[in-house]
Amino acid sequence: MRRSPLLWAASLAVYAFLYVPLVVVVVFSFNDSKLNAEWVGFTLDWYHKLFANAEMLHAAANSLLIAVVASALATVLGTMAGIAMHRFKSRLLPFMTLTPVAMPEILLGVSLLIFFISVFGEESLSLLTVIIAHTTFCIGFVAIIVRSRLAGMDESIFEAARDLGATPWQTFRLVTLPLIMPGVVAGALMAFTLSIDDFVITFFTAGAGVPTLPLQIYTMIKIAVTPEVNAVSTLLMLLTLTMIVLAGKIAPDVLRGKG
Amino acid sequence: MALLEIKNVSRRFGDFTAVDDVSFTVESGEFFTLLGPSGCGKTTLLRMIAGFDLPDSGAIVLDGVDLRDTPAEQRPIHTVFQSYALFPHMTVAQNIAFPLRMAGKADDEVRTRVREAVAQVKLDKLEQRYPHELSGGQKQRVALARGLVNRPRLLLLDEPLGALDAKLREQMQIELIRLQRGVGVTFVFVTHSQAEALALSHRIAVMNHGVIEQMDEPDKLYGFPKNRFVADFIGNVNMHEATVAATGGTLTLELGTLGRIAAPSREGVKAGTGGVFVIRPEQVSIRAAAEASPDPNQFEGVVNDFLYIGDVTTYIVDLPDGKRFEALLPNSAPGRAKFFEVGDHVRLSWKAEAGAFLDA
Repeated sequence: MRRSPLLWAASLAVYAFLYVPLVVVVVFSFNDSKLNAEWVGFTLDWYHKLFANAEMLHAAANSLLIAVVASALATVLGTMAGIAMHRFKSRLLPFMTLTPVAMPEILLGVSLLIFFISVFGEESLSLLTVIIAHTTFCIGFVAIIVRSRLAGMDESIFEAARDLGATPWQTFRLVTLPLIMPGVVAGALMAFTLSIDDFVITFFTAGAGVPTLPLQIYTMIKIAVTPEVNAVSTLLMLLTLTMIVLAGKIAPDVLRGKG
Repeated sequence: MALLEIKNVSRRFGDFTAVDDVSFTVESGEFFTLLGPSGCGKTTLLRMIAGFDLPDSGAIVLDGVDLRDTPAEQRPIHTVFQSYALFPHMTVAQNIAFPLRMAGKADDEVRTRVREAVAQVKLDKLEQRYPHELSGGQKQRVALARGLVNRPRLLLLDEPLGALDAKLREQMQIELIRLQRGVGVTFVFVTHSQAEALALSHRIAVMNHGVIEQMDEPDKLYGFPKNRFVADFIGNVNMHEATVAATGGTLTLELGTLGRIAAPSREGVKAGTGGVFVIRPEQVSIRAAAEASPDPNQFEGVVNDFLYIGDVTTYIVDLPDGKRFEALLPNSAPGRAKFFEVGDHVRLSWKAEAGAFLDA
């Protein structure tokens, strides 16, 4: 089929709009100038500076810790939710699990903030509250992926396991889990990427003592967009991209948007 | 004592009664078949025996023990599923080993038993393959080996040959019989194919609308159907409205405007009773109209159409009053079999002891 040149131009414009800003950030992170204005020369100085910046490292450590713990929790809970949604065919369950996914982040952030303060007090805002918040909005993503993985499966496989002498737990461990594993891993990677670059919800639930990488970047650009910000953004981008590619490799149907 | 006893089992789904007060027993070593059209309740019954579903009332008893409180994994009953339900992430050997591992058998025993099972279903050299690398027939064999390897008291088979092509199905039927006799395990087989049921079973229960219409050995079921449904469902049959004209040594039936015929007598029928006369096509002889027949029941008619199957030809013959009969002619004569053409005048005839008078 011949494609019209107009369609080509339009697609090109869309992709340019999406990716040029990202490319600019990457390019300027290697620019030997304090200003993000013109290309002066190649340098790794900004990366050196970045790794000498104690505040930045502290924030990165926080972000990693939150992402690892929150994605682990969300993976366990989301997998259980996904299996439950598949098995019980209830309408309420998917609605309850998936609402946080569709809810505007600002709403989720504010409501969690109010919840934490009114129930646990103002001092409760900490690493723990961020982890709880991140787990909350990641569960839905994991559940969707796990459920779509289960959707195409022959139900009699699980019955066969029971029939041949496996207890419900053995059936889960030896048959169900291995079969949904690609979905579980993809969900975990997805949860990790969502957690590590989340700003809005973190902003409301972190309190003062817990800077994360996105919060730290925000603080820095309030003063000026330094090439150091470009450098940290580039690294964050690299990490996120790796996760997405990995998720796509492990469960190709996830990126193709099936289910 | 019977191995399996089904006692007054019922199962309802909302307003729909899938299984309606069904009772039967299966003896040890038997090849027992539940036969019926889809929706007749045979699969529901099978799922209750396996333990995936529970009866609303009645009892399922194995070796004298009521299974109500025994979950599926603890019943010494295994199932071969229509879709085979092989574990896609396990090799053939791992699939077959699964029930042995669940039963906690030692590694040595697992290895020996898997090797025996693999040989039994002729899957040697395929042990390390995954299910997606196997043909339909091979998957079928793996499912059978997996179901039999831990020597269950009972093997349930849910339309296991349904997904195979005709040639392979016939081959697997022969292997199923050989396997069942070889291992001595009791089989309960579910199918909608009457040919499969007749070929494989020691006994068949014909089910319809949740009840058993008739339970008998294959030849009795085919030869002496108890009612219209069974006569129609098992094999081909000519079926015509009839009224009893006279009783005695043989029954005299009024076949509408066609005339009277002699039929085998039946207990409890009185003159004037209405019903149907059924007769198998192979019991109806066909010859040229000019030839005489010694049979008491004979009518002249015209060939409307014929189906040449190879070993036999089925003739569809119109009688003067518009009734249509099928007659089977074996093509067993050497050389070219005798044919009738469409439009030929023929004589249909049958013996007084052929066919049966059934309730309407």
